[in-house]
Amino acid sequence: MLTTRQPETRGRARFILRKVLGSVLTLAFVLVFNFFLFRIVQNDPIGSLFRGRNVPQATVENLRIAFGLDQPLWAQFVYYIRETFQLNFGISYQSRQPVWSEITSALPATVALVGVSAILSAVIGTVGGVIAAWRRNSWKDHTITSGTMVFYSMPDFWLGMLLLVLFAVVLGWFPVGGITDAGTTETGMALLLDQIHHMFLPALTLTLAYLGEYALVTRSSLLDVMGEDYLIVARAKGLRDSVVRRKHAVPNALLPVVTLTAINLGFVLSGAIAVEAVFSWPGLGKATADAIRGPDLPMLQGLFLVFSAAVIVFNLLADLAYAWLDPRVEGA
Amino acid sequence: MTEPILSLRDVSITYNTGSGSVPAVRGVSFDLARGGSLGLAGESGCGKSTLANSLLRLLPAGTDVTGEILIDGQDLLSLSPGGLRAVRWTTGAIIFQGALHALNPVQTVGRQVTEPMLVHSTVASESDAKRRSRELFEKVGLPVDRVDAYPHQLSGGQRQRVLIAMALACDPQLLIADEPTTALDLMVQAQVLSLIDELKKESSLSLIFITHDLSVLTYVCERLAIMYAGRIVEQGLSVDVFGKPSHPYTQALAAAFPIIGDTSSRMAPSGLPGDPPTPGNLPAGCPFHPRCPLAEERCTEAEPALRAIDPAREAACVVI
Amino acid sequence: MTSLANKRRRETVARAWKQFRSSRPGMIGLSVLVLFVLLALAAPFIVDLDELNPVMARAAGNPQWGSPSEFWPLGTDHLRRSVWAQFVWGSRVSLFVGLAATVLTILIGSVVGVVSGFFGGKADAILMRLTEWFLVIPFLPLAIVLASILGRNVWNIIFVIGVTSWPSTARLVRAQVLTVKQRLFVDRSRSLGAGGVHLVGRHILPNVSGLILANATLAVPISILTETTLSFLGLGDVSSASWGKTLEEAFVNGAMIRNAWWYFLPAGLGILIVVLAFTLIGRTLEEVTDPRLGQGR
Repeated sequence: MLTTRQPETRGRARFILRKVLGSVLTLAFVLVFNFFLFRIVQNDPIGSLFRGRNVPQATVENLRIAFGLDQPLWAQFVYYIRETFQLNFGISYQSRQPVWSEITSALPATVALVGVSAILSAVIGTVGGVIAAWRRNSWKDHTITSGTMVFYSMPDFWLGMLLLVLFAVVLGWFPVGGITDAGTTETGMALLLDQIHHMFLPALTLTLAYLGEYALVTRSSLLDVMGEDYLIVARAKGLRDSVVRRKHAVPNALLPVVTLTAINLGFVLSGAIAVEAVFSWPGLGKATADAIRGPDLPMLQGLFLVFSAAVIVFNLLADLAYAWLDPRVEGA
Repeated sequence: MTEPILSLRDVSITYNTGSGSVPAVRGVSFDLARGGSLGLAGESGCGKSTLANSLLRLLPAGTDVTGEILIDGQDLLSLSPGGLRAVRWTTGAIIFQGALHALNPVQTVGRQVTEPMLVHSTVASESDAKRRSRELFEKVGLPVDRVDAYPHQLSGGQRQRVLIAMALACDPQLLIADEPTTALDLMVQAQVLSLIDELKKESSLSLIFITHDLSVLTYVCERLAIMYAGRIVEQGLSVDVFGKPSHPYTQALAAAFPIIGDTSSRMAPSGLPGDPPTPGNLPAGCPFHPRCPLAEERCTEAEPALRAIDPAREAACVVI
Repeated sequence: MTSLANKRRRETVARAWKQFRSSRPGMIGLSVLVLFVLLALAAPFIVDLDELNPVMARAAGNPQWGSPSEFWPLGTDHLRRSVWAQFVWGSRVSLFVGLAATVLTILIGSVVGVVSGFFGGKADAILMRLTEWFLVIPFLPLAIVLASILGRNVWNIIFVIGVTSWPSTARLVRAQVLTVKQRLFVDRSRSLGAGGVHLVGRHILPNVSGLILANATLAVPISILTETTLSFLGLGDVSSASWGKTLEEAFVNGAMIRNAWWYFLPAGLGILIVVLAFTLIGRTLEEVTDPRLGQGR
C-alpha cells in the first residue's frame, strides 16, 4: 500500500517548480522595472553628473557614448540585461568604483548586523508572544503587548539615536559609530571582539524595533490555536499543561511565524538603511544613504536590484519552508 | 455487589462568563454499573456535553462544579492535579465529536494514538506502543498503514475510528462517547455504532453515550437518561424509555427520530414548538411547560422532582 | 427607498460610534489625536513663523544649542531656532503628509480592490499579478528610488508613499468585496435589473467602507513613519520641515555628539505618540467593524 506516496511526491515537485518559476518571473519584472524607472524618468544621467561644473562638451559626449547613451532605448535595454547578467552594474558616480564591488564590500557588514538582529528579535519576540498568549490578559500579556507596540510605533533610527546618546555619548560604554575603531591595527579575535562591541548598539536598536511584529503574530497565532479542540483532547489524555503547550499548541502556532521569519530575512538587507546611517555602520544601508545624497544613480539602481532579489529569494524560501512544515499543503 | 464505575450525586455545573453565571447542569444524579451502558440524550444546550466533559474535569477554568462524582471509587472533584492526570485516559477516556478538529493537524494519527500510552507508561517501550497502535487500528477497522497518515488525509469515518482507537489506547474501564456519530453520514454512522457496540461487548467496557439522536441510543445502550434544561427528566431502560416514553418531552423526542433501518418507524418527525430555554433564563416551575402539550396550571408552581413511574423508571413530571 | 437606506446607515454608524466610545484604548487614541490635530491647526497662533527663521533667531539673541533650562520650553538648535517652534510647525507637515499619503493609498488600493473583486476574470488576474509584484519589491528602496528621481518636495513624497503602499489595501478590499458579492442581496438586486454601478455604490461600498476605514487608520502610521524615514535620509521637502526633517537636521549637525537631546527627543516622541494614537483607534475600529475580532482578544 506504499503507492499512496507517489502522487504526493509528484505533486510536491510540481509545487516547487511552480513557485520557482513564479519567482523567476517576478525577478524578470523587477529587472525591466529597474531599467525603465531610471532611464525614462532621468533623461540625462551624464549631464546631471556634471551639473554645474564646467566640463568641455566633447568629454561629455565621449562619456555618453561610453555609457551607451547614444543608442536607441531597446538597444540600451539589451545592453543593460547583458551587463546585469555579468554583474556589471556600472560605475558609481561618487566613488568612481564599479557598483558591484562597492556592493559586495558593503554586503558582509549588513548581513552580520541584520542577520543577528533578525534572529534575536525572532527568538525573543516569539517567546514573548507565546507567554503573552498563554497568560492572556494577565499583566505579563499586557506588558508584552504594550511594550512591543510602543517599540513598533517609533522610528527605528530615532530609537538608535536615543540609545547612541545614552550609551555611547553620555555613558561611554560603546563607540559612537563605525565597525571598528579608526586606525586600529588589531587582527583575529581582538578585531572580532571590537567589531562585536561596535555592533552592539545598532543590533540592539534593530532587535527592539523588529520584536513587536514577532510577538504580535505569535500571540495571535497561538490564540487561534488555543481555541482548538485537539488541545482539550491532549489534556484529556492526561498530559501536563506545559507538555500540551509545547507539543501541540506551539508547533501549530509557529507555522505562520516561520513564514514571517523567512520573509523578514528577505527584507533584512534593506531593513536597516536609516539605522546603519545613524551608527555609520559600513553596510548596504549606509551605502544607500550615501548614494541618496548624490544622487548616485548607478549605485541606487544596483542596490535596488540587490534588495529586490533578496526579497524574492527569501519569499520563495518562505513558501517552500511552509510547504515542508505543514503537512496539509499538498502542492496540488 | 460491586460498586458502580461511575456515580454522580447532585452534580451542578455553572459556567462563569463575562456576562454572568450560566447554570448548565442542575442537580444530576445517576449510577453506571460496571459493564453497563447509559445513553444521555437531549437537544443542544441541555447540558449533556458539559456533563460529559466534567467527568474528566475538562471544563474551562473558573467553572463551578458542585456535588459528588465518583469514578472507580475515587472522588474526582478532590483529586490533586497529578491524581487527575493519572485517572484521565486510563480509567475513563472520551471519544470526541467533530474529528477533524479533535486531531492535531501536524502530527500523524499513529503518533496521537501512542502518545497517551507513553505518557501513562502502559507500554514498555516505544516500539511496543507502535505495535499496540497497529493492533488498535485493526480492531477499529482501519488499514494498518494509515498509522503514518495525517488527519487531513483520512475520511470523516476514518478519523472517527482513529478517535475510538485513541480512546482505547490505555485500556480504560469507562468510555464516554460525546456525539461520536453526529458529523457523519448515515452509512458511516451505522458502522461506527456497531463498532462501539462490539467493543463494548468484547472488553466489557462501561459506556456513556451522548447524543441528540434518540434512535441511535436504543441500539447501543441498555439504559437511557433524557436531559432537559440541565436536569434529567426521565430515565430507565432504553427499550422502555424509547418504546413507551412517559415524560411528554421524551415522547416528542422519540417521535422526532425514527429508528435507522426500521421501516415501520419511518414517520414524519413531529416538531416541538419553540426552542429549549437558555440556561440562565428558565421558565418558572417545570422548565418544559411552555412547550408541553400536557401543561397545566400546577406546572408553573414548582420544578418537578424525579419520581418512580414504574419499578425501573423515573420521570420528572407532575401530570403523568 | 433611499431614505430608508439612509436611516439604516445612520443607525449603523450610531451603533458603531457607541461601541467605539466604550473602548478605553480607542477613546484615549482619539483624544490624543484630536489634541495633536488642534496643535497642528493652531500652529500659526501659538508660534510665530519667524521663530523658524535663522536670521531672526540670531537677531533675537537666542543661544546656540541652548538647553531647555536656558531657553524655554525645548531649547534651541545649531541655528539658534526654537525647537518648540519646529515641533509645532513640524506637526503640520508630518500629519498632513501622513494623512494625504494614506488617502492616496486607500484610493488606489480600494479602486483596485473593488474592480478586481467585483469584475473578476481577466481584470482580476492582471491586477492581482500587479499587486503581488508590488508587494515583493522592497518598499523602502522603491520609495527611495522614486523620491530620488522625482525630486524633493511634499507632493512627490505623498505620491511616492501612496504609490508604494496600496497593495495591502487592495488585497484586503478585494477579499471583502468577494465576501460581499457572495451574499444573496446582490443577486437579488441584480435580478431586479440593477446595473454595475448601482450595485457597487448601493451594496458593495457600504459593506466595505467599514473595513476600509479601519485599514486606513492603521495605514496612517505607516505613511507617517515612511515620510519620517525618507525625510531623515534627505529626501524630504527642504522648505517645509516635518518632524523627520528635524531628526535629519539634528543628526547631520551633530546633536547626538553634543548630547543636545532636546533637539531630537521631542520630534521622535511626537511621532511615537501620534502613531500609537492611530494604532489604538485603528484596532478599535477593527473590532467595531468585524464582530468576530471583538471577542476578548
